[in-house]
Amino acid sequence: MRMRNVFMAGMVILSVSMMTPARPSGGTVSGKITYQGTPAKQKPIDMSKEPSCAKQYTTPPTTETVVTGPNNALENVVVYISLGAPDEAAPSKAAVFTQKGCRYLPHVLAFQVNQVLNVLNEDQTSHNIHPLAKTNREWNKSQPPGSPPIVDKYDKAEMIAVKCNIHPWMHGTFAVLKNSHYAISGEDGSFSLPDLPPGKYTVTAFHESYGDQSQEVTISGSETKTVSFTFKAKPY
Amino acid sequence: MRQKNIAKWLAGIAMLLATPLLVSAQQGESHIGKVTGHADSGRQLYFRYCWGCHGFRGDGNGENWLPTGAYPNSPNLNIQPRNFVSATFKCRSTPTGTLPTDQDIYDSLVRGLTNSNMPSWITLTNQNRADLIAFIKTLSERWKTEKAGAEITVPAEPAPTVPGIQHGKELFTKLECWKCHGPEGRGDGPSASTLTDSNDQPIRPYNFAAGSRFKCGTSNHDLYKIFMTGLDGTPMPSFADVIKPEDAWDLVHYLRTLQVSHKSPELALWEGTKEGAEIVRAQKIHGTPTGSGVNQ
Repeated sequence: MRMRNVFMAGMVILSVSMMTPARPSGGTVSGKITYQGTPAKQKPIDMSKEPSCAKQYTTPPTTETVVTGPNNALENVVVYISLGAPDEAAPSKAAVFTQKGCRYLPHVLAFQVNQVLNVLNEDQTSHNIHPLAKTNREWNKSQPPGSPPIVDKYDKAEMIAVKCNIHPWMHGTFAVLKNSHYAISGEDGSFSLPDLPPGKYTVTAFHESYGDQSQEVTISGSETKTVSFTFKAKPY
Repeated sequence: MRQKNIAKWLAGIAMLLATPLLVSAQQGESHIGKVTGHADSGRQLYFRYCWGCHGFRGDGNGENWLPTGAYPNSPNLNIQPRNFVSATFKCRSTPTGTLPTDQDIYDSLVRGLTNSNMPSWITLTNQNRADLIAFIKTLSERWKTEKAGAEITVPAEPAPTVPGIQHGKELFTKLECWKCHGPEGRGDGPSASTLTDSNDQPIRPYNFAAGSRFKCGTSNHDLYKIFMTGLDGTPMPSFADVIKPEDAWDLVHYLRTLQVSHKSPELALWEGTKEGAEIVRAQKIHGTPTGSGVNQ
């Protein structure tokens, strides 16, 4: 009996694994983002004007204009395909931007044109969410604690600075992009853009303090091409 | 047969050619009440009356803003003139992020903007103003792709009552208006000194104790619209998703009691209560009208 159960389980597992669709054959562009020089020192944030947030930290958090990792890694860089890939319809999953501890999580949020954006307030204080769009519409809404998520979307690609006027230390970025080929560099500065069909692409890397850089890359099959970016750091 | 086909082709082409003419007649126009304004007439007026501050491109960089025409951010005018190219307007009756109606721009032209260098253009005729608005709308691409927002519904105003005013006071605290406007509405809240507008220019919140006019009008109806649509381009957000319309009138009536230098029925009602009388008396004693926070 037991053997039969094991056999049945094995058959189920085997058939399920055979049912998973074949992965789209595509190339990958991956690499590392680093900086050269001395970046500006990040300062501790004084949240004394907002005690409900200040008390959430044992040591005050620092500003995030330049976030670095070991070996000169540069975090929070949006890497995306700016040319060569067709525009894509937005996915149905919402992009989520959270206000917590009087900071924005994540600091940089990448999502697609017309993708639904949900802004959540998980703090005990009101925030006003004020994305400073220049190409898209600029709006400004108050969000007291306990409010439902603010729902909106953008119909044009743009890098949008986001701020809260009540808490001037809060800064974030919306990277509104035209297709699904994007990544944000992590603590080790690495990124990966998989599932690229053969073609000639322009890969662009954008950093909120250092601007953007682009490189061209050609994918012919399912190879992995390495593309790396180095930004020149400014001491201020 | 051939002639019929040619006739059909010509008719089709004629229709195609006519459509852009119809469309361009719609653009370049404004409608205020019974008056229709035209951008061509507005252009002449703009380059006579407006461009000195608003600039020849309509982007707010006029000579009066730039002392030499070269360096921006000059202190000649401490509040930058409206940038019509970006088409973000403070005074609207439409939701945050949407374009104002023609009437909204007309009202701003007639009233001027308090505490700024924008005068009241009551000296022009209705037709002049309508023409100007039609021209202003040609300065930004936004009017080609977007329609004006839907005007918000403002329910009928109930008479002010003491419980209403007290409820308004609770809302002022709960919605944290005091963080910028200060607990007495003097524009001296904890966040006031760090406020910047969307062009990174320093900006101060409204000081209710300083007077009677608001940036966008003078009536209770105007005040209602200010916080239910937000002043786009400034730190003042929209509270439309957060305040119910009946609560909004309570807040309006409470805000009138913060205008201690301005006689209003709400202030009179408030001063008739013990709590209100104490608060108003205390406000009248210390602090300067400019809201600079200097206690005398």
